[in-house]
Amino acid sequence: MIQGILICSLVFLSFAIFATIFRLVKGPSAPDRIQALDALGINIISGVAIFSVFIRSTGFFEVILLIGILSFIGTIAFARYIERGVVIERNNSE
Amino acid sequence: MSVIIPSEHIAVLLILIGTIFSFLSAVGLIRLPDIYTRSHALSKGSTMGVLFTLVGTFLFFVLEGFFSIRLFLGIFFVFLTAPVAGHIIVRAAYRSNVPLAKESVQDDLKDVIGLAKENSRNDMEKNPYKL
Repeated sequence: MIQGILICSLVFLSFAIFATIFRLVKGPSAPDRIQALDALGINIISGVAIFSVFIRSTGFFEVILLIGILSFIGTIAFARYIERGVVIERNNSE
Repeated sequence: MSVIIPSEHIAVLLILIGTIFSFLSAVGLIRLPDIYTRSHALSKGSTMGVLFTLVGTFLFFVLEGFFSIRLFLGIFFVFLTAPVAGHIIVRAAYRSNVPLAKESVQDDLKDVIGLAKENSRNDMEKNPYKL
């Protein structure tokens, strides 16, 4: 029963990941691709969580935290690059 | 006389609901016309989906007698950062002049952002070494 529900939710999740990969490849502009990359990171987080329930192991929780942090930092860096052309702004005025 | 539901099934059901949320937001990601409407589908639906999934996982392992502070931190962090990331992507898209869909009715930010760009260009012409 539990295994069946988990496999069903993994199937849903892989459809979602395929949809975000489709948008990542096709997306007409660069912000579209960043948005798809962000969604891909979030979906991978829930995939890791489901897999750790599936094999009843608690060893993957650091992976969840790390993918969350790295995906957020990557999104912020890409968005700043698109908006202003630089990632890190230096304050050297006057 | 009540039906006894094993509590692990509640956690697994939460996980199933979360993945259905993710799936629906991915359908929105494919079908909607431009980046602003896609962000509307994505940042809400995907955040809700991952939150349901992580809470289900957390509940599953709590019911097995294992309280994981790392997973709790992960839930907190994802819940905090996913809407912020959506907002920042859409702001970058608007400021880098990504066009709206043809079906859009009005664009309220056009006056404000256009005026601000004009002002900054005038400042640059007066004092080009300010940056």
